[in-house]
Amino acid sequence: MMQAIRTVFRKEVLENLRDRRVILSAFFFGVLLAPAVFALTTTLASNRIVRDQEQPLTLPVIGALQAPSLMRFLTENGAQIQPVAIAAEQAVAAVRSGEHDFVLIIPDQYAQKLQSGEPAPLELIVDTANSRAAGSTGRAQRLLGAYGSQLAALRLLVRGVSPEVVDPLKVRTVDVATPSGRSLLILGMMTYFCLMSMLVGGFYLAIDTTAGERERGSLEPLLSLPVSRSQLLIGKMLATATFMAASLLLTLVAFSIALKFIPLEALGMSANFGARVVLAIFGVMVVFVPLGAGLMTLVASFTRSNREAQTWLSVVLLIPLAPIMLAVVNGTRPTASLMAIPSLSQHLLATSLMRGDAVEPLHVIISILTTLAAGALFVWAAIRLYRREAILG
Amino acid sequence: MILVENLQKRFGAVQALRDVSFTAADGRITGLLGHNGAGKSTTLRILSTVMRADAGRAMVDGHDCTSESLQVRRSLGVLPHASGLYVHLTGRENILYYGRLHGLSGSPLTAACDALIERLGLGEVANRRAKGYSQGERLKVALARALIHRPRTVILDEPTNGLDVSAVRMLRELIRELRASGCCVLFSSHVMQEVAALCDDIVIVAHGRVVVRGTPDEILSALGTDDLEEAFVRAAQAGEME
Repeated sequence: MMQAIRTVFRKEVLENLRDRRVILSAFFFGVLLAPAVFALTTTLASNRIVRDQEQPLTLPVIGALQAPSLMRFLTENGAQIQPVAIAAEQAVAAVRSGEHDFVLIIPDQYAQKLQSGEPAPLELIVDTANSRAAGSTGRAQRLLGAYGSQLAALRLLVRGVSPEVVDPLKVRTVDVATPSGRSLLILGMMTYFCLMSMLVGGFYLAIDTTAGERERGSLEPLLSLPVSRSQLLIGKMLATATFMAASLLLTLVAFSIALKFIPLEALGMSANFGARVVLAIFGVMVVFVPLGAGLMTLVASFTRSNREAQTWLSVVLLIPLAPIMLAVVNGTRPTASLMAIPSLSQHLLATSLMRGDAVEPLHVIISILTTLAAGALFVWAAIRLYRREAILG
Repeated sequence: MILVENLQKRFGAVQALRDVSFTAADGRITGLLGHNGAGKSTTLRILSTVMRADAGRAMVDGHDCTSESLQVRRSLGVLPHASGLYVHLTGRENILYYGRLHGLSGSPLTAACDALIERLGLGEVANRRAKGYSQGERLKVALARALIHRPRTVILDEPTNGLDVSAVRMLRELIRELRASGCCVLFSSHVMQEVAALCDDIVIVAHGRVVVRGTPDEILSALGTDDLEEAFVRAAQAGEME
């Protein structure tokens, strides 16, 4: 019994390892493509945040000489004054074209009005449609506001009034996002990639061992050997499962290497992706392998040819991936009842592990039990289907 | 030893087998002859237990094909219509895979495999991947694969289709050897000359029925002709009329 399963398993693994097509499709996506795409997008995103926060704010000013104390204040607060010698009318065009993110114009009457205690006019030309400039525009506006408050406070003090009189409210904003919490979307994308590459890893085997074998005409003689069909299919599904697990592990390792080159801290994430976390994530996600292998084998057994199996499978594979997409978009938090949904529970658990959150043992238990039960159901259904005569096509 | 009694099999609207009965004895070569679609392949599939008959009985070496399919498969060697080799495995690996699934292992398996490779003149070819095999090489490996467990009963489904003359000659020689060693050999064909050149007994099927069976001489006298080809045509027509 075990001997036959082992023989089938070994042959399927050997045969598929020799097939360059299978190797490419099984491991290329997970190991190279997914981390590369991920690294590229996150690096772009984090570079922008880093640039906005840490680079000195370059502030193009027209008429800088009119407001020496304002310029001093701005320079003290990290801005680099860039005097621009263009007319005020040209400034609008310069901002619109993106030549400057924004331009501060100090009109001629500024100094005089300030002297006489009237509201001194300043003009800030901005383009709110330019999302790239949003960060630096906001910083410029805050700096100008701060300078105004400082002036107001000084004037009140001169008149013997406490500046607090004009500050009736004191709003304190508390940001509860944990450093890694902000990265939920990006990390959610990662578990999506991991599950995807796990399924892709077994995709070709699930087809090749069933629809493919039938199409090549090798199924019929195989079925006339003194081995039960369930043993044959279990051996085949084990081979599929092994490829899936290997693809998952390789993808996780590739991710952990790729993440070393991404400035995650700058994004406000903890780079929580050491060997132990990789193993823990592998542990919670590998539970999905029997379900995936059973599902793919079941679908591939229904179809009549390689091509048909590929078409069907690529549609069916969207089913386990859909809950993850929804959860990522909605920012779903793990609850005990959600743990009963395979693929979603793996996503939620893996995301928690990546964020460095505590994982509830009960959640893990529910996830493992429900996913394995669903997996057993699919494996059983695939075996049942294989016992039918129509499997010969 | 094969015993078939009143086999019936229907696929949807098509009644593939209406009434097929015959025996194939040990130490003899039995030919199952008929046009394409006459029911030859269905009969062989029921015998190799990949399909079940709707009614009737099929026995191989005293075991029922339905209730004792595992024992039947143990004593059966099947050469399928398509060779169905695994192209990424070498010829030897293909043979060993079937041997292992028959429960063989270790040195008996290696010895059996080497003997067949030697007997079939595969030589170095056996160590190449099956992907680049010629028609004849594929047939040889498929034969070795079917015989690796020394089956007492051998079933060949249209084995000579698409083979060149030397491969056909090799195959005939091997089939005669199997007979000499006491095997029961059943093979299907739609070519009269093929069957006439080789068979001790002939079973002619048409439209899911056995029309006539016996030794070549018996068939000739039963159909009142001295030409086997003419006998085949007459028998097939007789099947259509019923």
